[in-house]
Amino acid sequence: MALISKDDPGRELLLMGNEAVARGALEAGISVAAAYPGNPSSEIIGSLAEVAEDMGIYVEWSVNEKVALEVAAAAAVSGLNALVAMKQNGLNVASDFLMNLNLTGIRGGLVLVVCDDPSGISSTNEQDSRILVKSADLPLLEPSTFHEAKDMVRFAFEVSREINNVCMIRSVTRISHARGNVTLGPLPSARPKPHFDTNIILSALPASLTHPTAHRRFRQAKRLLADSTFNSYQGPDTPELLVITCGSGYLFSQEAVRLLGLESRVGLLKIGTTWPLPEELILSRLRDAGRVLFIEEVDPFLEDNVLELFAEHNTTLPKVSFLGKKSGTVPDLGELSPGLIIGILADLMKVSRPHADEAYSSTATDALRNFAPARSLAFCPGCPHRASYWAVKKALALDGRDGVVFGDIGCYALGVLATGFHQSKTLHAMGSGTGMASGFGMLGRFGATQPAIALCGDSTFYHAAIPALLNALHHQSDLLMIILDNSATAMTGFQPHPGSSVNAMGSQAPAVVIEDLCTSLGLKTVIGDPFDLDESAVTIYELLQESGTKVLILRQMCALVGAKKGPRRYTVTVDQDKCLGDECGCDRFCTRVFRCPGLNWDVSLKKARVDEAICAGCGVCADICPSHAIVRERA
Amino acid sequence: MKKDPFNVVVTGVGGQGNVLASLLIGAVLVDRGYKVTIGETYGASQRGGSVMSHLRISRDRQYGPLMPPQQADLVIALEPSEAARILGQFGNPETVSVVNSRPVYPVDVISGDITYPDLDELKEKIRSLSRESYFLPATEKALELGNPILSNIVLIGYAAGAGLLPIDVDGLEKAIAEYLSPEKVPINREAFLCGMNMVR
Ligand code: SF4
Ligand code: SF4
Repeated sequence: MALISKDDPGRELLLMGNEAVARGALEAGISVAAAYPGNPSSEIIGSLAEVAEDMGIYVEWSVNEKVALEVAAAAAVSGLNALVAMKQNGLNVASDFLMNLNLTGIRGGLVLVVCDDPSGISSTNEQDSRILVKSADLPLLEPSTFHEAKDMVRFAFEVSREINNVCMIRSVTRISHARGNVTLGPLPSARPKPHFDTNIILSALPASLTHPTAHRRFRQAKRLLADSTFNSYQGPDTPELLVITCGSGYLFSQEAVRLLGLESRVGLLKIGTTWPLPEELILSRLRDAGRVLFIEEVDPFLEDNVLELFAEHNTTLPKVSFLGKKSGTVPDLGELSPGLIIGILADLMKVSRPHADEAYSSTATDALRNFAPARSLAFCPGCPHRASYWAVKKALALDGRDGVVFGDIGCYALGVLATGFHQSKTLHAMGSGTGMASGFGMLGRFGATQPAIALCGDSTFYHAAIPALLNALHHQSDLLMIILDNSATAMTGFQPHPGSSVNAMGSQAPAVVIEDLCTSLGLKTVIGDPFDLDESAVTIYELLQESGTKVLILRQMCALVGAKKGPRRYTVTVDQDKCLGDECGCDRFCTRVFRCPGLNWDVSLKKARVDEAICAGCGVCADICPSHAIVRERA
Repeated sequence: MKKDPFNVVVTGVGGQGNVLASLLIGAVLVDRGYKVTIGETYGASQRGGSVMSHLRISRDRQYGPLMPPQQADLVIALEPSEAARILGQFGNPETVSVVNSRPVYPVDVISGDITYPDLDELKEKIRSLSRESYFLPATEKALELGNPILSNIVLIGYAAGAGLLPIDVDGLEKAIAEYLSPEKVPINREAFLCGMNMVR
């Protein structure tokens, strides 16, 4: 029995925030869940997929976030409960549909969970998703603990069903990807039968009629959230400082107050229903607070909205000074940490912060400076992307026209770094590499001579690159699209996509084959093996000499998937007699330039060496060494 | 536990399995009635970066997923320079360290852009930042057991055997069966016992 589907009410488990969300959805009796993977949200649908069969629910990894929301909405307009999950970038993709769905409303329950990634730890950008709920007139909840994440999902479904509209939950990395105690509740036994009421037309048109309905639903949500127990106050009746916080800020602030011994001086107002605000509760606290500090992640969302509320009521409220991102007291970007909040509170309350003794601190500083070498991100040992980028680099050098590589989202986004030999020159949104290459490939008419390469992973291809490829083809743009097909959504944990022959629930599914699709469009389509470095480089070079839109599929399994599927291909060693070491004219080509973590430079021997605990046995480096010192043998 | 909250950092490099190690420690302790919070920092975990997990263990409340600076009671490091990185930020004169001695070289070291510290000096630095420190050939032991990834469980076994964590082999087996899968029990049990037996 999988963890999140345990039928054991009252049992306490250690669950990841995302698993807690999934459990909450099961307790709320969902029938359908859909998402496109994206960290830090991926485990929500991942864990639901694992229990789908047991629980009798339908779970899918959709082709992209907009379709995921549409799939969930179809269930919700038919009276079911449906959950959809995505990361902040995904919400951008889904928002076109969302900004119409909010006007038509739904019949069942639809909860949209968006997991923001403050500091962009696993994202290209940093973005606060909360702003969208204001223009969409939708209610928003923000969990502060793991157990609360579970209970909030259940509550969000109640709200959604009550107001006939979407309810959004915003989580962040420190909730979604953290783990904590969660007490299980009961699982429902029956689910409604779906029915689409054809007497009703779900159209946002005319907005003059649907927009007022959305406003009415929003006011209804406001009443429902007003006395929620997800909002709470702890501290003295008239605190010297009132901290208003939400999400991950709550536990951090609570600890900071305790650690500094400020329990009798600082009050903590935790808001779980961040939009619309519990106005009465906030106003009553503002009456007794001379100074307010906002602690929240990324944008001043809570801060802005409380300030707005204060302005509306300024004639009846005493003077309050507000501190937060706007006053520069709290950084206006990035993740929060307990250390940060301890520092802010210690300064504001004029107490000293806990500190270690001087001697220890200086040793600690020395440790950080001289004994903790930086670790740049790199492709895994045996990753096919390293080989593909190597081939691209070689081909572009051979071509000599200063070709441009337009990159995209996935593990291969690291191609902007040294591990991909800095070959990718752009990195934006899903599918944007092909779209930009399509535009660049049209610039020949103005005298541009640089060839364009669009790099794209298999999952990204299905998600958003197909329209861009059609655009290029139709407008006869000169570009080479290289599809790095590693048969997985590797970056986020190997979820299946439309090219896979199994679906999220583990059943057989027809695979949409990339080359079949491309050839059916009349595109010149070539397939290669990135581990064959020379052959790949020559193929890329030759394709670059042709005009029009071409596709090259470089196919090789993600090293991590490969490692799970079978034994390593090669046993690789460095022949210490052949390796010329520092004497070799190659200037440590294998390690200085190729940089696979499986290869080391032995400083005492001054020669290359394979680390057997790390090498994945792809055998590619054997082709790199000019002295043929790296030896591969079939394992 | 001697202190509440008891703060543990499990640290290492992407792919070394430290997320799993902290999950198992946490699962055993939740089953024993503790409130446990685990915060993981693993941007692109599979891809060579530093990975650290903070465990906050308490009898009475749920703590936040990150600990304040200088608050680590126990550091379990799957890689020695990562131990130095953590002690530099979260260590204090009372911190105890359990460290796998085998380095994993950053790509920047492999490429020759920077150098890896001298191993003896590194160990000395870790000692000077710890009340007690233990260095173990965990990767070598794990390779003997058939898979380098098991070094994480070897280290937990050692920490448990040395009385640094209230975990026994039965608790661990139950957690593995429940949170991972029953098939994974035998090999991890072996690795745990191997770590325990290294305590003298
Ligand atoms: S064979 Fe060479 S390139 Fe492949 S993983 Fe091992 S060291 Fe790296
Ligand atoms: S997870 Fe797979 S695709 Fe990503 S870097 Fe590692 S080997 Fe390459």
